[in-house]
Amino acid sequence: MAQRIDVKDLDIYYGDFLAVEGVTMTIEPRSVTAFIGPSGCGKSTFLRTLNRMHEVIPGTRVEGSVEMEGVDLYGPGVDPVAVRRQIGMVFQRPNPFPTMSIEENVLAGVKLVNKRISKSDAADLVESSLRGSNLWEEVKDRLDKPGAGLSGGQQQRLCIARAIAIKPQVLLMDEPCSALDPISTLAIEDLIAELKQDYTIVIVTHNMQQAARVSDRTAFFNIAGTGKPGKLIEMDDTSTMFSSPTEKATEDYISGRFG
Amino acid sequence: MSTTAPPTGKARSRSASGRAGDRGMNRIFRLVSTWSGALILATLAAVAIFLVLEAWPAISLGGEELGEQISWFPEDTSIITFVGPLIFGTLLAAFLALILATPLAVGVALFISHYAPRRLAQALGYLVDLLAAIPSVVYGLWGILAFAPIVYPVWNGIAETLGWFPLFEGPAADPPRVMATVAVVLAVMILPIITAVCREVFLQTPKLHEEAALALGATRWELVKTAVLPFARSGIISGAMLGLGRALGETMAVLMILSPGFLYSFAIFQAGQQQTIAANIAAQQPEAPPLGVSALIATGLALFVITMAVNMAARAVVARRKDFSGAN
Ligand SMILES: Nc1ncnc2c1ncn2[C@@H]1O[C@H](COP(=O)(O)OP(=O)(O)O)[C@@H](O)[C@H]1O
Ligand SMILES: [Mg+2]
Repeated sequence: MAQRIDVKDLDIYYGDFLAVEGVTMTIEPRSVTAFIGPSGCGKSTFLRTLNRMHEVIPGTRVEGSVEMEGVDLYGPGVDPVAVRRQIGMVFQRPNPFPTMSIEENVLAGVKLVNKRISKSDAADLVESSLRGSNLWEEVKDRLDKPGAGLSGGQQQRLCIARAIAIKPQVLLMDEPCSALDPISTLAIEDLIAELKQDYTIVIVTHNMQQAARVSDRTAFFNIAGTGKPGKLIEMDDTSTMFSSPTEKATEDYISGRFG
Repeated sequence: MSTTAPPTGKARSRSASGRAGDRGMNRIFRLVSTWSGALILATLAAVAIFLVLEAWPAISLGGEELGEQISWFPEDTSIITFVGPLIFGTLLAAFLALILATPLAVGVALFISHYAPRRLAQALGYLVDLLAAIPSVVYGLWGILAFAPIVYPVWNGIAETLGWFPLFEGPAADPPRVMATVAVVLAVMILPIITAVCREVFLQTPKLHEEAALALGATRWELVKTAVLPFARSGIISGAMLGLGRALGETMAVLMILSPGFLYSFAIFQAGQQQTIAANIAAQQPEAPPLGVSALIATGLALFVITMAVNMAARAVVARRKDFSGAN
């Protein structure tokens, strides 16, 4: 249930604007990969090209290739909808569907694929997904209540439950804790550590400690100046990145001496 | 009258007045909003009182006297039995129009907001807003001059094949000065306003929730189903109510097209079956004696009450699942 992703020479454009240039990297299965870097360097943009979510914005395009287990996600005949079912995403701001109950939220993605899921299967899936996102104990008595009534941290875990309910191969998270309080943040970090047993996880974070705590590998992105494209500076095991990075820019950024 | 409720100026000003430092613009705003709210309520009350006072002579008199003094008043009917069929006709016309117009409006609005390429969407948006501003008499003219002359074969066809269904009972009248024609013209008339409201609401769907749906692997239609329509539900109802309000009060189009009757009849392809309150008032008022005017105002009072009731029902529907409305 976890697969590796190979990115080769990826350029990403918003219209004529080259936002990210020449990224080549491998994302290992059953591991957590963290993207760090100053804001505006293209972490979100790059993350969204991994499940073709960037295509939602008109005028975007990519050059290069993204392969999951050897299959080019941008190959002819590949349906972006199918890609997104394989590669789930959790956003910066928790976004449970406001008109749905907790239970309906968990099942929202499943109902798209399998409309005739039986009642008992659905109940099982709701429980296993909510257990998977460490939310079950907190909400098991009010599954029919609106998802929007939960706290921010609970909502984010509900969104994770919703994402893993469709059993994706990969889970992308774009600053999933930046709108949360420290306790909720810890809960999500613990959850990420558990989820990597089953999923390939990629997380964007602007919090260096978080990257150090949760990730196995870290990629540092940087930008030379406004209007210039963001680039992948270096990528290595997280311990190496934080103790003895190869690049001077990485060291400066990690130690907070960033100009 | 418009069927949108006044903004909740009162509630807002109450919370503002509790705060210290209530000066300058804030104070002006509070006064303006309080007085606007009061003014709307006062207007409403004044209209209601006027209607009741003016209608009273007709309401208090027996059917016999009404029949004697008003030439067009049906024999042996009280004011209640006089108003009944008119209420029926009014509701029938308005609901038929709504049933025809709402799904179409939602579809057109969805196309503009979520399917059409951006350029086309903009052009269509302008067009719809433009159509919403056309006076209803123009639609009435279109109905009587362009639509009615060609629609008879269609009505006749439906009446012949589906005539067992009460609504479609034949024989279809030719010329088709019938309820079905009225309903279509009313539907065309209220289509733009409903579409305009729906489009506006659909465009306001939070990006957040659209992305949530897309990230779960939703196709465009599934995106619409999971994120757009649930979010827009109360907006769609509001739009439909605006349309319903227009249809309920529409005079000219009905007057120009419908051959009136005073029956509780569902036969929408037959002439001389139904009549609406507004069209009846316009038709009878010019030659009505004072008591006749009073009887007509009594029907106006009924229209007033219907409009209020429809509005409240709509609000109740909107409020029912408030927890799930997404207003967080
Ligand atoms: N929708 C968009 N349209 C045009 N440019 C965009 C859009 N989103 C992001 N960008 C640009 O792409 C670059 C990278 O942005 P982003 O990926 O959000 O950076 P990060 O997530 O690292 O802060 C920035 O220069 C930003 O202005
Ligand atoms: Mg970002």
